[in-house]
Amino acid sequence: MTLELVLQCIGAVFLLGGSFFCIVGGIGLVRLPTFYTRCHAAGVTDSAGAAGVLVGLAFVSTPLVAFKLVTVLAFVWLTSVASTHALVKAAHARGVRVMNTPRLDWTIPPPAPDDGEVDPSTPPSDLGPHLSGEEA
Amino acid sequence: MSYVYAAAASAILITMLLAMGRAIVGPTTYDRILALNAFGTKTVLLIAVMGYLFGRPEWLDLALVYGLCNFVGTLAVLRFSKYGSLANDVTLPPDAEDHA
Repeated sequence: MTLELVLQCIGAVFLLGGSFFCIVGGIGLVRLPTFYTRCHAAGVTDSAGAAGVLVGLAFVSTPLVAFKLVTVLAFVWLTSVASTHALVKAAHARGVRVMNTPRLDWTIPPPAPDDGEVDPSTPPSDLGPHLSGEEA
Repeated sequence: MSYVYAAAASAILITMLLAMGRAIVGPTTYDRILALNAFGTKTVLLIAVMGYLFGRPEWLDLALVYGLCNFVGTLAVLRFSKYGSLANDVTLPPDAEDHA
């Protein structure tokens, strides 16, 4: 009885911590300025939020259900990292810029000369300069 | 303990609403895909917490299946947005529609 109560308290602390990280990541997903920083916010919810919620649930479960929860957690950790990597790689390959830097990676072929130079002091647009007109 | 489950479910629902807002206003396609991916992960967590809230932890299997579908769907959308096709790596030339 007492052990069950202690486990419930630990599980509640983990659950509320995971909920806190979920909300923080959601706010960051809305309020952060550029795409890559938003990826960081989504990563917070995928790692810390999911870990807190699922481990907190595992503390109040039977061993079989706890094993299922740990399986779900391992799967979420693997797939969120893989999909975020693929997403950032695709966005970088298509020219989404990082903050105020016009071009960070010079392995990408440069834009056509008639697209004009980008002043680094201007606030960034989320698409690269060479994508702003050609995607229509 | 059910209050804790309800609080966690509410927090996850608020996060899902925020992700949905980013998916609606997101300026680029990648923002929308990112918000969709976060939304799917939060759906997995919500199914798990709701299972405990309603006393049916066997909903975890649904959560696992939903996570699998979400991962495959995200990769499919990414591949489509990167290559313009799901079948091969070759981007079709712009005049391919004329020969089709």
